[in-house]
Amino acid sequence: MNWTWFHKWGSPKWFYEMSGAWLRALAWAAAVLLLLGTVWGLAIAPQDYQQGNSFRIIYIHVPAAFLAQSCYLMLAVAGVIGLVWKMKLADVALQCAAPIGASMTFIALLTGAVWGKPTWGTWWVWDARLTSMLILLFLYFGVIALSQAISNRDSAAKACAVLSIVGVINLPIIKYSVEWWNTLHQPATFKITEKPAMPMEMWLPLLVMVLGFYCFFAAVLLMRMRLEVLKRESRTRWVRAEVEGRA
Amino acid sequence: MLRLCILLFKRETRLLFRRPMELANPLVFFALVISLFPLAIGPESRLLATIAPGVVWVAALLAVLLSLDGLFRSDYEDGSLEQWVLAPQPLSLLVLIKVLAHWLCSGLALVLLSPLLGLMLGLPERTLGVLLLSLLLGTPVLSLLGAVGAALTVGLKRGGLLLALLILPLYIPVLILGSGALQASLQGLPTAGYLWWLASLMVLAVSLAPLAIAAGLKISVAE
Amino acid sequence: MSFASFADFIAMGGHGPYVWLSYGISAVVLGLNVLLPVLAHRRYIADEARRIRREEAAQ
Repeated sequence: MNWTWFHKWGSPKWFYEMSGAWLRALAWAAAVLLLLGTVWGLAIAPQDYQQGNSFRIIYIHVPAAFLAQSCYLMLAVAGVIGLVWKMKLADVALQCAAPIGASMTFIALLTGAVWGKPTWGTWWVWDARLTSMLILLFLYFGVIALSQAISNRDSAAKACAVLSIVGVINLPIIKYSVEWWNTLHQPATFKITEKPAMPMEMWLPLLVMVLGFYCFFAAVLLMRMRLEVLKRESRTRWVRAEVEGRA
Repeated sequence: MLRLCILLFKRETRLLFRRPMELANPLVFFALVISLFPLAIGPESRLLATIAPGVVWVAALLAVLLSLDGLFRSDYEDGSLEQWVLAPQPLSLLVLIKVLAHWLCSGLALVLLSPLLGLMLGLPERTLGVLLLSLLLGTPVLSLLGAVGAALTVGLKRGGLLLALLILPLYIPVLILGSGALQASLQGLPTAGYLWWLASLMVLAVSLAPLAIAAGLKISVAE
Repeated sequence: MSFASFADFIAMGGHGPYVWLSYGISAVVLGLNVLLPVLAHRRYIADEARRIRREEAAQ
């Protein structure tokens, strides 16, 4: 097995040089997919027979919720890579992804609340999914607060790695306990995100939007990581050449 | 190894009992928070009994968290934590003993105090057993999870609020199961399911949390 | 097309405010996610260039 591809990721310079092209491709993909998905979902997809047009919020709520969860998983994976293989780039990825994940969680929560108004008649219902999203937001805030509080860059990254690994182990427990709590207290609420059978015309734009959100996340993450790499390597010659070339 | 554990346990308890007021503070806090609720929502006993499960558990959560803020601080300041990290014995075992000693001195007292406060909130006598048992199973989990946060924030100047921010979301399953058990017993429903779940969470926390605490301490000491 | 006219599209069958509110806020949050790193990157490059010039002038 050839491991050079893995070792390359240890070099910030290699990452910076390569990621420019990836960023451009991802940004274009994200823009095209998000635009296509929005137009398709808002204007072309048929309306839901039960919820009418308010169901169109699904095209941002579900992708954002997906991403919020997988981003937290990514934090933990980056944390393991950073702790086990001491890869600096994984540390950078962890700290750069947390604010993006928090904003995705915020979007999912907010659209869920707005969606709740026409469906349930109130802005907020302690529904299992919304509640676990709220807890996820608090988990993200914890990681961000910890990374801001520790001044030493390496210890901050390691501490965040430990915290996000502990959080990921807890996340399924939290999810199941919240669902259980919810079934005990509200036996029969109408669940917005549980669709028995979505027809193809409704489902395809959702898929496009999910893909678009993932590309968007990857592009924004790369943008943040590139800046962070420049800051961390500010004393090296290649960063200096890059700065002089850009300025 | 066993001898070392016993020695360490003795050292920890002796250190804790040297400053008894610090052990009593979380208990006073627990009682104080619980007595705030009747003052805030009125003394009507039926209303108090319905919210009592939640109130007792939230107060216990906060009291445990408060008591953990200084768990590693003095050891960090006088340098003994560095000795622990360098010691040939596994750090996770040492911290497990430390947390256990801390729980026996402060958590257990809180558990024993809780029936009294439960009665003051108007909980019927038949539910006190479940209250005791659920807290007995739940507070060790709270102590262990809180110790992870305490280990990560020990080197920081103002770690207290940050500790709460990091750890409170992780306490939610224990809160749901603990107050759920109490509510079920209040309504005369079976509570065994909740208590088994709490017990399995405790087993999980005892086996995994020491590893995270040790990792956190290593990071904080290396800084 | 599931709407007969543009006015229908805006009204969203009475659910217009909710749909547009959630799409609007999401667009703002996504936009901020793009804008903030771009601005930070520019500011960093400018600051570093100034620092390098100062150091060269000092030598």
